[in-house]
Amino acid sequence: MGCVVIKERILSAPVDFTDVQGLVRFGYGKMTEACYLLLKIRQPDAARAWLAKAPVTTAEESDPPPVTALQIAFTSQGLNALGVPDGVVAGFSPEFVSGMAGEKNRCRRLGDIGENAPTNWNWGRQDQMPHLMVMLFAAPGGLDGRLQWIRDSSWQSAFEEIACLPTSNLGGREQFGFIDGISQPVIDWKRNRTVPINGDQLIYGNVVSLGEFLLGYSNEYGRYTDRPLLAPTDKSAQILLDAEDAPGKKDLGKNGTYVVFRQLEQDVRGFWKYAKKQSEQGHGKGDEVAEKLLGRRLEDGSPLATLHSTAIEGVGATGRPAAREKDVRLNQFTFDADPNGTECPFGAHLRRGNPRNADIPGNPKGLISHFLALLGFGQKNIRADLTASVRFHRLLRRGREYGPGLAPDQRTVDAPPGDPERGLQFVALNSNIERQFEFVQNAWMMQTKFDGMTEESDPLLGNREAVEGCPFTDSFSIPQDNRARKRLMNMPQFITVRGGAYFFLPGIRALKYLIDAGS
Amino acid sequence: MKPQSNILVIAPLKPERTADLRDLLASMNFVPGKVNPVNALIPFEQFSQLHVARLVILDDKTLGDMETAYGVAAPSYPAYLAFLADFDGTADNFRADLVRLAKDGLNSIFSCCADFSPAMDLAQWMKAHDNPPATIYVNWAGRTVQQIREENALRLALENHLQENQDAFGSKSAGQAHSALCEFTRAEISAGRLTLTPPPATPVIWWMRNAADLIGVPLILLLLAPFLILYLPFFIFMLRSREKHDMEIAPRPDPADAEQLALIEDYDVTNQFTAMGSLKPGLFRRSTLVFSLWVLNYTTRHIYTRGQLARVPTIHFARWAFIDGKKRLLFASNYDSSLSTYMDDFINKAGFGLNLVFSNGIGYPTSRWLVLDGAKDEQKFKYFLRRHELPTNVWYKAYPGLTAFDLKRNTLIRQGIERANLSGAELQQWVALL
Repeated sequence: MGCVVIKERILSAPVDFTDVQGLVRFGYGKMTEACYLLLKIRQPDAARAWLAKAPVTTAEESDPPPVTALQIAFTSQGLNALGVPDGVVAGFSPEFVSGMAGEKNRCRRLGDIGENAPTNWNWGRQDQMPHLMVMLFAAPGGLDGRLQWIRDSSWQSAFEEIACLPTSNLGGREQFGFIDGISQPVIDWKRNRTVPINGDQLIYGNVVSLGEFLLGYSNEYGRYTDRPLLAPTDKSAQILLDAEDAPGKKDLGKNGTYVVFRQLEQDVRGFWKYAKKQSEQGHGKGDEVAEKLLGRRLEDGSPLATLHSTAIEGVGATGRPAAREKDVRLNQFTFDADPNGTECPFGAHLRRGNPRNADIPGNPKGLISHFLALLGFGQKNIRADLTASVRFHRLLRRGREYGPGLAPDQRTVDAPPGDPERGLQFVALNSNIERQFEFVQNAWMMQTKFDGMTEESDPLLGNREAVEGCPFTDSFSIPQDNRARKRLMNMPQFITVRGGAYFFLPGIRALKYLIDAGS
Repeated sequence: MKPQSNILVIAPLKPERTADLRDLLASMNFVPGKVNPVNALIPFEQFSQLHVARLVILDDKTLGDMETAYGVAAPSYPAYLAFLADFDGTADNFRADLVRLAKDGLNSIFSCCADFSPAMDLAQWMKAHDNPPATIYVNWAGRTVQQIREENALRLALENHLQENQDAFGSKSAGQAHSALCEFTRAEISAGRLTLTPPPATPVIWWMRNAADLIGVPLILLLLAPFLILYLPFFIFMLRSREKHDMEIAPRPDPADAEQLALIEDYDVTNQFTAMGSLKPGLFRRSTLVFSLWVLNYTTRHIYTRGQLARVPTIHFARWAFIDGKKRLLFASNYDSSLSTYMDDFINKAGFGLNLVFSNGIGYPTSRWLVLDGAKDEQKFKYFLRRHELPTNVWYKAYPGLTAFDLKRNTLIRQGIERANLSGAELQQWVALL
């Protein structure tokens, strides 16, 4: 029965960081310049030659740390173009093989309809599909030189550039003006984590199994996420590492992961004009409305929910004392003490993005109350069990802003002619696209029924598209203590998808295999 | 209250008419996955008692698993047509309404079945082909379609009124807001803009049967207890020895099949799911499943009658039905959110329940002690379900846009409106429903 917590500890070899692309381990924060080159393969042989000598940055620590980095990821079309056998490509996740815009059902689930529909995308639609992405990072002043260096004659014969997606450094804030990248899962690199297979994790924690972010390792279910496993008789597969879970097989996924890339244009002026108008109508002073929509405070990023007095596993646990202290101040909270959403609205972006709960609500004490909770009894709050088990739905975010920032005093001013596009190059890493990115995007962000609500989607990402049988989908509820809720109405769409694709970010050995497999 | 009932008409198809039937069923949809509620064959919307209905061709592509796993030649079954509906009131009344409102359409649909001719008595024929479920789950016993519609109209009116008077309500306490909204509701009702029909009397016969079942099942279990205890060691031995050797058949579903299934999903906030498969051979698995579903049905009939099945609050109606002499099982459900979310919810919240039932099916991911592991092998479990899923040809739900939780919230709002003296804590909870 689930009440018996069976802990399985998988003792295995440590991670070989020289086989992992560095982006999985580092955000390259000191390299404030970056761009993403979306490429089509012009000549497979030339592409293979270029890829074989590409200086791919690994996750190994070095002293001094590098000042530039280069990472490579492929779409499934890219693997086909490289000549990787179909049977091998078919072993990757179905979402990756089919692609972000590959099925109508996926578009419906991800909210990529209406303005967001792939037919409107600049890239990532069927006729504008990159084969691979080269991600370049550099310390201040270094990117241009890096780009010049990379675009040599062998590059020109190998690739056709669909786009070079820019980024900008807004000093740690995203375009709306809030502090960015505050909350990340802590990856269990040392593989110390024990997960309950038939039992439940009763307390929310921020440490997540390595297998959730890197293929070839056990995940939060204590299982290995599907990926291509090759016979050792395959000559080019001999370079690959052995699969831990399938003796005798070579693991093409090992030390690789999937990159979810979405170019998200942000209507910064629209957002702040709307917030200002709602403030004028008495829904909050100053920046309060915007902070309710986000779930964090504008000035310092602190959460609207009250901090816990006790530690949360994986919060404030690493880094220098100042960094630990900051993490505690920003992340040592759940919504357990805010069951009615009066501190942080249920629909706030932060709360939708991670409802921060364990496998069973209410942290039952003792076997009997745990057993009763398993059978669905004993919850006093009707929302208590609507979302659960967030540990299966975590994302590692590596996104960067693009376009010029807007000074606070410009945010509510009408756009001048030719106002440039600004937004977020959303980059998320996960090893199970369906259970991680697609779940979060669909069930938590887009669904108008999230957490017992109705008629509203994520205040930032929502597309406000009609739902049959619902009068509207563009509201935002702000629960009040012992009062009827306030409700913001007629909220426009603030974020529009401009492009996107699923990529595979291979391990270093796997990259060599992919280069050789089709030659 | 007026209890819900259900029908499940199953009949073998004439092989040569299967393609015609597919076209006929497709003609009932606007696009695959989106039914025309007033289609010419069965104008679902005209059935005021109907919650959900579906028509699905049962053509199991996994029959060969019997041979793969147990070396026993796969039995051959014809393809069937299944017609499922969940509705208020009795099955006889519903069948009579079907004859009244959809006779021609049903005649042309059932004409594709082997033993039907339009000259027969349609209601009789459907009754003769009805398969009672082994387990039926109803999200909220006795909540009628009429009640759902009235309560949703109530909520929308209250929300609208709140919005138009947001400033005034901003200074009202929960108690004052409740009084004001009760008064508003009374005024709307007397102006004829809202209706809140009181629940009808519970049919005496139904009540007596239900009470008999409530007491009878535990009584039978008590009487059987000595035998069950004696059987337990044998049961455990047979179970464990089988669990150690039963073969898993859960390959990744064919991408084209998976896309075909996904194509008809996620139009409404609720989705349909239909799946079938064969039981593992032998009396042991059959008796285990019969017993499990019998006990499960007791819980859905008497315990889980108010908005959730164990921890899962997203199912409107679900049923498990044996077919072909208990050699095969059909599962059909109506659930909120997308399929992967639904499966995640089930794996994480009620994996033990899934294992209890589905581990008796051929190819299920390896379980231990009947309830452990199994579904916890997340990816294999998802593959297994997708592989056994059938494309539902026609699916109707009477209240698009409303989740099971919406219905619960609306009912609680109405209950609060109809109660004058709520305590302070109750008032706070009530006002938070809006």
